[in-house]
Amino acid sequence: MRVVVDLSRCQGYAQCAFLAPDAFRMHGEEALMYDPTPDDARREQVLRAAAACPVQAILVDRLEGRDAPAKASAS
Amino acid sequence: MTSAENLQAFKRDGRIVVVGASLAGLRAAEALRTEGFTGSLTMIGDESGEPYDRPPLSKQVLTGWVPADGTTLPRRRDVDAEWLLGVPAGGLDLATNRVRLTDGREIPFDRVLISTGVRARPWFVESEAALEGVFVVRTREHAEGLQRALSAGPSRVLVIGAGFTGSEIASICRERDIPVTVAELAPAPLVGALGAMIGEVASDLQRAHGVDLRCGVKVTRLEGDAQGRFRRAHFDDGSTIDADVAVVALGGIRNTDWLTGSGLAAGPWGIACDTGCRALTLDGLVTDDVFAAGDVARCPNPVYEYRLISLEHWANAVEQAEIAAHNMVSGQADRWPHLSLPVFWSIQFGVNIKSVGVPTFADEVVVAQGSVADRRFVAAYGYQGRVTAAVSFNNAKWLDHYRQLIETAAPFPPPCPTPDQPADMKPVPVDFPGPQLLAQGATVVVTGHDPGERRVTAAQQHHR
Repeated sequence: MRVVVDLSRCQGYAQCAFLAPDAFRMHGEEALMYDPTPDDARREQVLRAAAACPVQAILVDRLEGRDAPAKASAS
Repeated sequence: MTSAENLQAFKRDGRIVVVGASLAGLRAAEALRTEGFTGSLTMIGDESGEPYDRPPLSKQVLTGWVPADGTTLPRRRDVDAEWLLGVPAGGLDLATNRVRLTDGREIPFDRVLISTGVRARPWFVESEAALEGVFVVRTREHAEGLQRALSAGPSRVLVIGAGFTGSEIASICRERDIPVTVAELAPAPLVGALGAMIGEVASDLQRAHGVDLRCGVKVTRLEGDAQGRFRRAHFDDGSTIDADVAVVALGGIRNTDWLTGSGLAAGPWGIACDTGCRALTLDGLVTDDVFAAGDVARCPNPVYEYRLISLEHWANAVEQAEIAAHNMVSGQADRWPHLSLPVFWSIQFGVNIKSVGVPTFADEVVVAQGSVADRRFVAAYGYQGRVTAAVSFNNAKWLDHYRQLIETAAPFPPPCPTPDQPADMKPVPVDFPGPQLLAQGATVVVTGHDPGERRVTAAQQHHR
């Protein structure tokens, strides 16, 4: 699965690091480091972390919404 | 697109081309579909592969935690686009409304969004830049190469340039227990963006973490061995340093070269546009079918005397993409202005540094709350008696408060909003290297929260 955190919005509440510690880690007191491609097995955990974020800074992809560029990108 | 009918036809069957398939391009494509655009959408990008996120490249990827190819951006929705990747755009013809690719193909459009971003500024001597062990960091290939070099356990890393990226890379080196030298021409790290006071804090932070920080020096030559591997750097003071890895972190170059001759106001400083992200012509007239968003756009900001400002900030790319997308499919009366204040973050040496506003638009700076010694504080920036920016070290929760002060042209220095009173609240000169700002104080305030509601109101000596 794919994740991106809007770190300009993140205020370091650390709820995500508590709920999904494999994907979200605090670096120092308030800086967040995260795994942008957590294992699909962690999906429930990561979704819970995203839902719990007080500033709603975590975006998780919608599995059906992948309009992947074709490998044979016309050339 | 003058009448409502034309607009409806365009939204239904029009052709939009997005040049630049990174964060801004992707978010704009998603927003165009959300806005109800059902015509053809073409995404052109010089890199192959799906759009990916860059901030983790100088952080999680370099620590070895996240693989370089693991930062592909999540999707909010299907964009149903034709992706033309791996070939850069080579030209824009506004007489025939076509984008020319460097392989000769021509892609017609009714409206075009330019989000070609910036590339890393390379080391100025090509043969030295080509040495094994010399890196820049902008793409995931760059980050992967540098990560591998760091994993090999270099005897020392030299970072050239102590801006945000250079400082973050130095921080990662220390985290990985790799000896690192940072060379900076200015008197301190981050000083060009945040001024002398924060520069001093950043110097202390680097040295406290064991960085061999050398300021006021210029690297003049990168020396390789017989095998073409980087071995030694020479400084302008005659000294040298031995290292296996050199990271050139001297900022970016805006990707506007391909627009030469297009008739747009495009240059090394970006593409000039209005607050609605519509590009200007060389004459400074607004175009109706050409839009720009992200690092390459240079938009006026009313809060800063309508100065044209280009920002290499993540949130700016996201916001401009949404404004541009909305305006591309809206009539003149329904267009939105991009009026967000710049926001920025950097993670280094265990500290979360964030800023709001434009710190370079200031003549004074004051510690407004917290303690510099504890590296937990907010510094407020003022220009001619009003608040224009704020920078926090491990105190991000307060930045929204300062954002409101800036938008309402609140007087500087601002009162401390908490019991967290700083020891010394005396403003000091902001002291940026380079030319000083000269013009007069605030004339406008910004109101509204949602992009559709944001408006500028003229202020008559709103502050003291």
